[in-house]
Amino acid sequence: MATKKAKAAPAPTAMDRVKLARDAKRPHMLDFLKYICSDFEELHGDRLVNDDKGLIGGFATIDKVKCLVLGHHKGATIEENLEANFGMANPDGYRKAMRLAKLAEKFHLPVVTFVDTPGAYPGDTAEARGQAEAIAKSLEFFSLLKTPIVVVVTGEGGSGGALAIAVGDRILMLENAVYSVISPEGCAGILWRDGAQAPAAAEALKITASDLKRLGAIDEVVAEPAGGAQKDHKAAALAVKKAVLAALKELAQVPVDELVDRRYAKFRAMGNFF
Amino acid sequence: MGWFEKKAEKAKIPPTKALWQVCPRCKSYIAKDAWTKNNCICPECNYHGRLGARTRIAQLSDEGSFVEVFREVSYSDHLDFHDATGPYKAKVEATIAKSGETESIVMGTATMGGVPVMLGVMDFGFMGGSLGTGTGERIARACEQAIAEKRPLILCSASGGARMHEGILSLMQMAKTSAAVGRVKEAGLPYISVLTDPTTGGVSASFAMLGDINITEPKTLIGFAGRRVIENTIHQKLPPDFQSAEYLLAHGFVDKIVERAELKNFIVKMLKYFGF
Repeated sequence: MATKKAKAAPAPTAMDRVKLARDAKRPHMLDFLKYICSDFEELHGDRLVNDDKGLIGGFATIDKVKCLVLGHHKGATIEENLEANFGMANPDGYRKAMRLAKLAEKFHLPVVTFVDTPGAYPGDTAEARGQAEAIAKSLEFFSLLKTPIVVVVTGEGGSGGALAIAVGDRILMLENAVYSVISPEGCAGILWRDGAQAPAAAEALKITASDLKRLGAIDEVVAEPAGGAQKDHKAAALAVKKAVLAALKELAQVPVDELVDRRYAKFRAMGNFF
Repeated sequence: MGWFEKKAEKAKIPPTKALWQVCPRCKSYIAKDAWTKNNCICPECNYHGRLGARTRIAQLSDEGSFVEVFREVSYSDHLDFHDATGPYKAKVEATIAKSGETESIVMGTATMGGVPVMLGVMDFGFMGGSLGTGTGERIARACEQAIAEKRPLILCSASGGARMHEGILSLMQMAKTSAAVGRVKEAGLPYISVLTDPTTGGVSASFAMLGDINITEPKTLIGFAGRRVIENTIHQKLPPDFQSAEYLLAHGFVDKIVERAELKNFIVKMLKYFGF
């Protein structure tokens, strides 16, 4: 089938998408907010020990809809990257997210989350402050939160650190984003005993947006500008905005108790083969 | 067959492993039968070693009370997953044939000190106790049965984390099980989580950390990220007691470290405080 006249670029492999998802030029949370929200007021701190820079949140307005936005923050400069641990959140980040989401629930505001992290921060201080507990608590907390939640996986959906802010009523995912139980490199290191086999692991793990849609782990794939979101931040952000607004509008019609029951049923159905 | 031929056949097993249990914590050599007789607890350092699910169930439930449920819920190879060593399906089928278990958690109804409970015990011997779709489904069903029958929920974890061979849907079991135990707690029922050696990764970061009461055994390994990953991240060696039961207790994440012999009594005592 390898004829020379087929000039069209071959479909990107899973590893190609991993590279796109990690591209430093790809729009990150604040880039999206710039085009999606008319205002964003960041709020700080978990009220316990810290203000994590890897996971940020605040109130925002999207086309007159007031909401809470939460998301991983990778930073735009090297200094910001280091401060934010490249978007690898600490337990304090997840606890801040829960604190703010509780506030959103109290004032009947929907929550929109932006998922883009290699994973939760694997550090000694993170363990000491309970990384496992913070993620576990988030999963339980967001499953019970009485307000609409729209999740957008924009770049890297890195395992538990991503999932902790990805339990919601509508899960959107950008076309070139990836979302996985383990990084392809990590999986290759364990099951192939060779990190260089990451492309094979990426393929086997089924981590692309279209795979996840087929598996029922997400609801909707948001198309990116030709060549990827890094080529045109504004166009990518506007596509996300449109999808988020449509989801918020739909979810606003559902009584909140029913919404929480539906959310439970949604995750409850994932991986039930019996 | 001559004795020499037999010896040649067995040469692959080091004699130390055949006769001795090396304690993974203090590295003491303990005679295997002494280790087993001591309930897999190191007589030197009191490390509480791994128990098979059936053994632990026998120790926790009232004699003859355990009735297994959801045994038909097993693994799923929805990704048709293959790695360098072959297909996932072949590996998991071999594990099933060898262990007689069909998933990494054995679930059932039982009584403990006369109190009817839902009891689930993970088996590290089944694919490293990994959280697969079948494991998550059993836990979710158990939570729903606990609510319907007003039973306290007791889950003993032992796991390396989510089962990567089942991809994203294994990750989603973290959300599913956390939501399910959340509903048990909302229903006014107690959930007691027993974190046994080892409880790490996606299991520590989901239902295992969410007990109304979290208890563990001496020297149990509990943590989110692996030790080597953390050492490579912070470029420092970690102290030996890092991520131990004692470390978790000191940092406020478990209610109590309970000796194995006292585990059942402690759980029953808590259930009595809660009015059961």
